[in-house]
Amino acid sequence: MSAPVELPKWADVVVIPLLNITLAFVISGLVVLMIGEDPIGATKLMITGSLGSLNGLGYTLYYATSFMFTGLAVAVAFKAGLFNIGGEGQAYFAGLGAALVGLNLGFLPAFIVVPLAIAASLLFGALWALIPAYLQAKRGSHIVITTIMFNSLATALMSYLLVNVLRKTGSMDPSTQIFAASSFIPRMKDVLGYFGFAAPETPLNLSLFLALITAFLVWVLIWRTRLGYEIRTVGANPHAAVYGGVSPARITILTMLISGALCGGLAVNALLGEAHRVQLDYTAGFGFVGIAVALMGRAHPLGIVLASILFGMLYQGGAELAFDKPKITRDMIMVIQGLVVLFGGALEGLFRKPLADFLNRIGMSG
Amino acid sequence: MIDAVPATDLRPPAIELTGIDKKFGAVHANKNVNLSVSAGSIHGIVGENGAGKSTLMSILYGFYEADGGKIRVKGEVVRIRSSREAISHGIGMVHQHFMLVEPLSVLDNVMLGAEGGSLLSKGAQATRKLLAKLGQDYGLDVDPDAIVGDLGVGLQQRVEILKALVRGAEILILDEPTAVLTPSEATHLFNMLRVLKSQGKTVILITHKLREIMDVTDQVSVMRRGEMVAHFTTAETSTSALADAMVGRKVLLRVEKGESHPGEVLLEARNLVVDDDFGVTRVHDVSFSVHAGEIVGVAGVAGNGQSELLEALAGIRPIKSGGLLVNGVEIRTAERNPKAMRAHSVVHVPEDRHKMGLVMAFEADESAILGFQDDRTFGKGLLLEPKAMISDLAAKMEAYDIRPRAPRLKTANFSGGNQQKIVLAREIEHTPKVLLVGQPTRGVDIGAIEFIHKKLIALRDAGKAILLVSVELDEISALSDRIIVMCGGEITGERRPENTNPQDLGMLMAGVKEVAA
Repeated sequence: MSAPVELPKWADVVVIPLLNITLAFVISGLVVLMIGEDPIGATKLMITGSLGSLNGLGYTLYYATSFMFTGLAVAVAFKAGLFNIGGEGQAYFAGLGAALVGLNLGFLPAFIVVPLAIAASLLFGALWALIPAYLQAKRGSHIVITTIMFNSLATALMSYLLVNVLRKTGSMDPSTQIFAASSFIPRMKDVLGYFGFAAPETPLNLSLFLALITAFLVWVLIWRTRLGYEIRTVGANPHAAVYGGVSPARITILTMLISGALCGGLAVNALLGEAHRVQLDYTAGFGFVGIAVALMGRAHPLGIVLASILFGMLYQGGAELAFDKPKITRDMIMVIQGLVVLFGGALEGLFRKPLADFLNRIGMSG
Repeated sequence: MIDAVPATDLRPPAIELTGIDKKFGAVHANKNVNLSVSAGSIHGIVGENGAGKSTLMSILYGFYEADGGKIRVKGEVVRIRSSREAISHGIGMVHQHFMLVEPLSVLDNVMLGAEGGSLLSKGAQATRKLLAKLGQDYGLDVDPDAIVGDLGVGLQQRVEILKALVRGAEILILDEPTAVLTPSEATHLFNMLRVLKSQGKTVILITHKLREIMDVTDQVSVMRRGEMVAHFTTAETSTSALADAMVGRKVLLRVEKGESHPGEVLLEARNLVVDDDFGVTRVHDVSFSVHAGEIVGVAGVAGNGQSELLEALAGIRPIKSGGLLVNGVEIRTAERNPKAMRAHSVVHVPEDRHKMGLVMAFEADESAILGFQDDRTFGKGLLLEPKAMISDLAAKMEAYDIRPRAPRLKTANFSGGNQQKIVLAREIEHTPKVLLVGQPTRGVDIGAIEFIHKKLIALRDAGKAILLVSVELDEISALSDRIIVMCGGEITGERRPENTNPQDLGMLMAGVKEVAA
């Protein structure tokens, strides 16, 4: 019954996420304490592990790059009122696009192959979103259900292809051959080395800049273009959209295509930038983490960039922690990540009312 | 004074508010409000939208807590922090938008939240008895086993009132209760309120329809900009005095207009048939025309096909069969969409600005380009230009006196009248030939009504063709040059306002067709 709680913008984008993350870490700390480890030491280890060295930072930013793509994908769909749960499948299928170019067009020079491989990744990601989008737009099949189904379909299809079609002859490993070197996106280490800076070997590659540029372009799309206006109108009030001459069906399909293409960015970073081949289940849940990233980043590109870096830290710092403290297992790291998702995403309204009341009392609202 | 009031008044006031103050950030919604509601009376509270009526009642019903001031219920100082506490003090509320679960029965709805134990049957029996008793005492008969969704709006409202009474409400707050009712349902409601009063209940009636206040209340209090500005005994005041107090200046309740000078036909409908979303035909074989420089009013009880007709003309709803001509040009099926209709200089002020005309979550300048988002004024190529949007709305705010003059304020934070002016400004300023106008003053305060009516007349005089759909007969009569009456999806008659009266129109609205003499 109560009206949605209105907060000043600075409180909405800064204070609320900070409060939520702090709470997540306090509770994580308690869990760590319960299993007999020192939470402050663990936190230190996590931070130094993810940010304390160039090596750690490289990994953190590499993970963050992937999360930026999948997070932006979820956010764009969200703006049109669509919940795209299919990032995982779209990114997986995008890998096929990257592979087709990387394996077959390697004879072309890099400045042609790399853009082609990127375009193919985005295109295949978009294609995998097209059918759920069409079904939602024209048949009213709920996008949440269809995209979940399409995750399973992508898994089945890609398994079949990797085992029966794309596997290199004589190998037991269900993965493709290594792509042609001309399709590789340059590593950050090599780029820095070219300019005379020594950097450790990490998977971080130029896709990071691509992700940051994409984040900016998504902001322009949503807030500055006529199409973005129509997307937001459909998301906020479909009746008003129809009244305003906007076809919700058209916007649904377009938005899902954009969202699927953005998921293709995961293939760009993880395949063209790092693995250079498609392995079974290469997406490793990054598509799903995109949902948490988008929630935490409040579906705003800048928030998503920041949330991606936080999740990159959790992934990298968590790996270090699991390595150093045998008592803190990988599962433990999952718990901590889960808590951040819970408080940062799902329970983001937890502090809204108390904070609004507090600001009201000290006269700082509005 | 003392001998004019009934004996029940010896009881302490049912509600006494002193110095109630409430701020929402920079907005001072209630400023030092004092109000005394005598027990066993019907007390009206009037004020323009945004005057603070709803906030005051929300404080009384426990949705908000006041920043300062005292609430006395039956003479005792109380603190009301939740609707549960309000109910425990005997305060019940009937919201403008009903809080009913439509697929459940009347009995289920009445019991909801007061089931009385973990097994239903006992509570159900008791509630059933109570309902029967209330039905007898107050004439509030409703079949307890009827499904709420099947009931008409008037009966649904009765269920809301019963819900409050079952919970022991002595003081009943009704928020804009007639907004959704037909005139006869409204009459029923008022009779019901009189019975409640005669049984000693206290009723607080929030409305901005002054005629209702004059009809049914004993006392009336007027709010303006968060302050209680006047208290009247209804019998000793008049609608014009109330209107002046609400707005703070002299108001014309009936807009003045000159002769109409109709020109060529700008909008023509031929044998239109239109279905609703469920495939039920709601407009049967309707033909009419609207000339340049003419306002044609479509009268009728809500739900008789006017809404579907309006949406079909605007290109939102498909036309099943029939022809549509704008400025003498046939509109082909492919062009029957909102975008093409706008290109034909047909603009549309929709009946429901919340649902259709605006995007409440958007900033006003974004709502103010809805439908014209592809217009070159607002940007180049694929991009929109926020500066152009803002300066465009800023100019409209000046011309239409839209307050506050804040193009970047969220649409939802404007009052109803100002929201409606945003819609009107957007549609009118795109140099239309034909205006389709639905419920232009629904939920709009008196000052804005006067403005909107004047604007429509000015547009007529400038040679536009205007089709006006409204459920307010007063509005139809005051503005129209011709009146078409619809009932059951058909046109039951056409009148000139000077040759008709409410009774005559009422007959046509009820479906009594003209018989050739």
